[in-house]
Amino acid sequence: MIPPSFEYYAPTSVQEAIGLLDQHQGEAKVLAGGMSLIALMKLRLSQPAALVDINRIPGLAYIKEDDQTLQIGATTRVNDLNDSDVIRMRYGVLADAAREIADPTVRNMGTVGGNLCHGDPGNDLPACMLALDGQYTAAGPKGTRTLAARSFYQDSFTTALAPNEVLTEVRVPRQGAGSGGAYSKMERKVGDFATAAVAVALVLGKDGTIQRAGIGLTNVGPTAIYARAASEFLSGKTGTDAELAKASELARDAASPIADNRGPVDFKKDMVRVWTRRTLRRALDRAKGVH
Amino acid sequence: MAIDAVEVMAAPPANTTRTVHLTVNGVPRASTVETRLLLVHYLREHLKLTGTHIGCDTSHCGACTVLVDGKTVKSCTMLTVMADGKSIQTVEGLEQGGKLHPVQEGFTKEHGLHCGFCTPGMMLAAVALLAKNPHPNEDEIRRGISGNLCRCTGYVNIVKAIQYAAEHGGAGAPKGGA
Amino acid sequence: MADATTVHGGIGQSIQRKEDARFIRGKGNYIDDVNLPGMLFLDIARSPYAHAKIKAIHKEKALATKGVLAVITGADLAAAKLAWMPTLMSDTQMVLPTDEVMFQGQEVAAVVGVDRYAAADGAAAIEVDYEPLPVVSDPFKALEPGAPVLRTDKGKKDNHIWHWEVGDKAATEQALKESAVVVKEKLYIPRIHVSSIETCGCVAQVDVMGKLTVWMTSQAPHAIRTVFALVSGLPEQQIRIISPDIGGGFGGKVPVYPGYVIAVVAALTTGKPVKWIEDRTENLTSDSFARDYHIEAEIGATKDGKVTALRVKTLADHGYTDAAANPSKFPAGLFHIITGSYPFRTAFVEVDAAYTNKPPGGIAYRCSFRVTEAVFAIERLIDNLAHQMKIDPAEFRLKNFIPPEAFPFQSALGWTYDSGNYAGALHKAMQIIDYPALRKEQAEKRARGELMGIGISSFTEIVGAGPSKTFDILGIKMFDSAEVRIHPTGKVLARFGTKSQGQGHETTYGQILAEELGIPVENINIEEGDTDTAPYGLGTYASRSTPTAGAAAAVAARKIREKGKLIAAHLLEVSPNDIEWKDYKYQVKGVPGKSKTMADVAFAAYTNHPAGMEAGLEAIDYYDPPNMTYPFGSYICAVDIDKETGQVKVRRFVAVDDCGNIINPMIVDGQIHGGLTMGFAPAMLEEIQYDADGNIRQNSFLEYLLPTAVETPKWETAKTVTPSPHHPLGAKGVGESATVGSPAAIVNAVVDALQPYGVTNIDIPLLPYKIWQAIHAKDAP
Repeated sequence: MIPPSFEYYAPTSVQEAIGLLDQHQGEAKVLAGGMSLIALMKLRLSQPAALVDINRIPGLAYIKEDDQTLQIGATTRVNDLNDSDVIRMRYGVLADAAREIADPTVRNMGTVGGNLCHGDPGNDLPACMLALDGQYTAAGPKGTRTLAARSFYQDSFTTALAPNEVLTEVRVPRQGAGSGGAYSKMERKVGDFATAAVAVALVLGKDGTIQRAGIGLTNVGPTAIYARAASEFLSGKTGTDAELAKASELARDAASPIADNRGPVDFKKDMVRVWTRRTLRRALDRAKGVH
Repeated sequence: MAIDAVEVMAAPPANTTRTVHLTVNGVPRASTVETRLLLVHYLREHLKLTGTHIGCDTSHCGACTVLVDGKTVKSCTMLTVMADGKSIQTVEGLEQGGKLHPVQEGFTKEHGLHCGFCTPGMMLAAVALLAKNPHPNEDEIRRGISGNLCRCTGYVNIVKAIQYAAEHGGAGAPKGGA
Repeated sequence: MADATTVHGGIGQSIQRKEDARFIRGKGNYIDDVNLPGMLFLDIARSPYAHAKIKAIHKEKALATKGVLAVITGADLAAAKLAWMPTLMSDTQMVLPTDEVMFQGQEVAAVVGVDRYAAADGAAAIEVDYEPLPVVSDPFKALEPGAPVLRTDKGKKDNHIWHWEVGDKAATEQALKESAVVVKEKLYIPRIHVSSIETCGCVAQVDVMGKLTVWMTSQAPHAIRTVFALVSGLPEQQIRIISPDIGGGFGGKVPVYPGYVIAVVAALTTGKPVKWIEDRTENLTSDSFARDYHIEAEIGATKDGKVTALRVKTLADHGYTDAAANPSKFPAGLFHIITGSYPFRTAFVEVDAAYTNKPPGGIAYRCSFRVTEAVFAIERLIDNLAHQMKIDPAEFRLKNFIPPEAFPFQSALGWTYDSGNYAGALHKAMQIIDYPALRKEQAEKRARGELMGIGISSFTEIVGAGPSKTFDILGIKMFDSAEVRIHPTGKVLARFGTKSQGQGHETTYGQILAEELGIPVENINIEEGDTDTAPYGLGTYASRSTPTAGAAAAVAARKIREKGKLIAAHLLEVSPNDIEWKDYKYQVKGVPGKSKTMADVAFAAYTNHPAGMEAGLEAIDYYDPPNMTYPFGSYICAVDIDKETGQVKVRRFVAVDDCGNIINPMIVDGQIHGGLTMGFAPAMLEEIQYDADGNIRQNSFLEYLLPTAVETPKWETAKTVTPSPHHPLGAKGVGESATVGSPAAIVNAVVDALQPYGVTNIDIPLLPYKIWQAIHAKDAP
């Protein structure tokens, strides 16, 4: 219940933060919302020598949209997503997910950046970014680089972000007319990690066929999973029941859940199938303007 | 039985303590604290505001809920140093000038508490909910307090308490700094 | 001004609670709010192994940690003969181990620090060399020949703790043989943990006069004081236990936990106050659990659907020692209430208890001493029997209930039920939920392949422990007490031997006294929990307070009224025979204008009492209940099941309770809401499991799932009132009824929904995967 001692820094610029991380050579961790990190430190499961608190860095919390992209700053709080008209109107997958992350109070502190790069397979936003083909901006000693969400997650608690880098922003393609997304989280209770959760982002062409589909899965593998075969299968399809059923089976086959208190492997895989189908249908309805 | 006592007197390593300035229930405070000091312990032990409680180790129960700049925060999972420059409201700050907050009135009129241990956190969650959504329906109320666990009441009367508060002016903005 | 025929805050009024005033202001005084000058902190290092020899405990790093003052181990305690202590079931329990640890999370060494953080750092720095030993995790395997023997310290040769049985084995065997139908089912009620939002803790202090004061989360402070005196050798008048505000108890704050004893030792040896507050992980992994009953039950019936006999065999997993806080004659508690609301002609129940490498306990979760287990079993079997015989479960119950005229009713297993109207409660529940409409809807849905279920639980509870003939804890009889004193200005101070942990005693006891004395409730202060001032009592658990201490309040008040009558007669200059207590006043019979209030009499008791009479106006009563009380009810639950995911949604839950005469309806409803939620949670979410190595799988709220307001159904409550014939107020206990009665209603509803799949049982908790497995086990129709 009591964390061990650590050095604490509260830099006021990204450069300063990077310098501190670099200086501590992997022994320092970024502190954003703290809802994951401080929780681990209280249980003494994580014992970093230093914390670099990025909450004081101005200009890292924003939700902006232009003709090409949606840009979300890393220290944007999860509840800021819930309060955003842009998110609600055009980014249904994020709007749904933001309502289901942890509980209403945790969402006041938890950040988008933290949820994306903590690396817990139970975090909800990674699957959304896999579905949306998100791109992460990482700032490090050698400058910034862009990392694709779809290659960011390597293993549980292991991502492509270096220990001396700070995630500053995530971008996704602007979801315009004919796009629709949804997120379904099957959980035992509010505040639990998902038994299985599915993120869907669809873009329909003018003829109503699916131009682009992205399906991401939460907590059914060591990392969030991009269901590539299922996503690519839907390209060019109109979204009949049979097509959604097939895509759901492909999504199920992409999942590799472990058995735990939430259920055995065969059950979780079947839940991926069921919830992929249901979430695809909801995303499709939203894309067509049906509510 | 002998007591082995070995005290280590050494200066604390650099950057493990910090001076923070914050406002708590409208009162400005300046304190030098260990950087690992959890906000809930600062409130309870340094400021002797024991109305905020601790009920778990994993940020689930919400007994430690306070308002930071008007928003609910689980103070057991926030470092005191993170609250530097911020305005905190605890349960002790709800009653103003001898007058109970409508949420406090609602909780006692509708029997929204039994043992009282979850109650401070639950009431602050209600205050924040009503500030944002002055007339929530029952499902919105239940969602709004889903970060707060109660073992005694079964939630029925907590919902009624919050409905009472909504009908009796409970939706004024939380007094994060007044 | 109250009118002449009511008193403000009397029985039956839903007045606001007095105690709220401090809780809503955050001014409750819970254990962790107690702060004394110079206070030190205790933290405890615990075993990662479920069963291991301790080869060595290394204290050096801990002692070198900043702020750490001392380390206490079993060796230190053994020197003072305190390494082991007795349990409330006369078994023995380690305070700190000297040789072996017996469960994951067991206390191994304690660290005293100048503050909470130092003590935590010190505990984290304790290093222990363990030699793992074979783990006994399964109670069935524990009883197999050749299983590792756990309690070699007691000279035991096996892991069998005790065998207990009641009833007529031969007659039951015969009756089952002769029954037209016999239904049998195996039910496992898993281990759960009560998880009050406040964990356990204490502050121990020895003053300059050598008096030990322990502020403690205790539901039974007097019993604890006596146990401490017997165990420590300190004279009992030099021990004071103070239970201040307690953040939920439910049975989990009855036992004596090692942390309390170690804190007392630390206070005695350092000469400073010592605080110990367990964290949630410690609470879940080492505090008293509940349930863990493996039940095999059989019911027989005639071809007309009338129950004949009941046979039950149970294996109880008690952890490494029997530390359940049952009345001493009943190691399986009141489990033999299991004949329930039905007039079984004969029954036989046997329970065997086994040691395993798990924490001790058994009844710490709102269970009335194993009544949750009993009611779950009988109500589940009754439903299964009804389904087997293709009789509607409501109709089956109505056909079989003990009728009202049969009370007092002698059950086949020896209980005398005081009063009941089971059909009345069930009819009311059926009417409120519109049972026929639900069955009609179910038939239509079933034809479409949709899953909907209706479940009933018609329970009989047994509370108010208990009559001195049969009830004691460690030999102490289970009376309870009220000491009532009226001051000269007509105000009342009353103290009780019970201890509220949220039940509202400061209000409800006040209401009883208001009613009995004609004094407005705001002029009555109620105190509990300080053993120096409160009369001796056995505490609050098992819904006993209203049946025992509530009765004592009424009796004490009536003793006061008797003395007051003599004073009133003296003031009114009439014979006491001419006085009657009417409309909350002493009235001269037949002369309406001539009366005296209790306040008048109180003043006179100090200023103008009759010659030869002692001054003062007070009484104490130690109430020995002549019988238990038997609250009852009928609950009906309607569920919808998502066929693809197995998710169960409780659509409606109607609870009709009968707890006799009700003191404060609002408080009783609150108890029902909370109790239902604590029945729902084990039915749907809560479970403590261990793997084969004895590793606990739910050691935090991440995995031990308490329902939020979102999962919790919107409870609907109603009442019938069938007073207890023997209680001075006609009241019965009620705090646990809803936890006792509700799980079966929920499970019956789910099993009912799954009738098309031939399901007769799914063990709780009913997580979606289990329903999914049941559906997939057979091919969907």
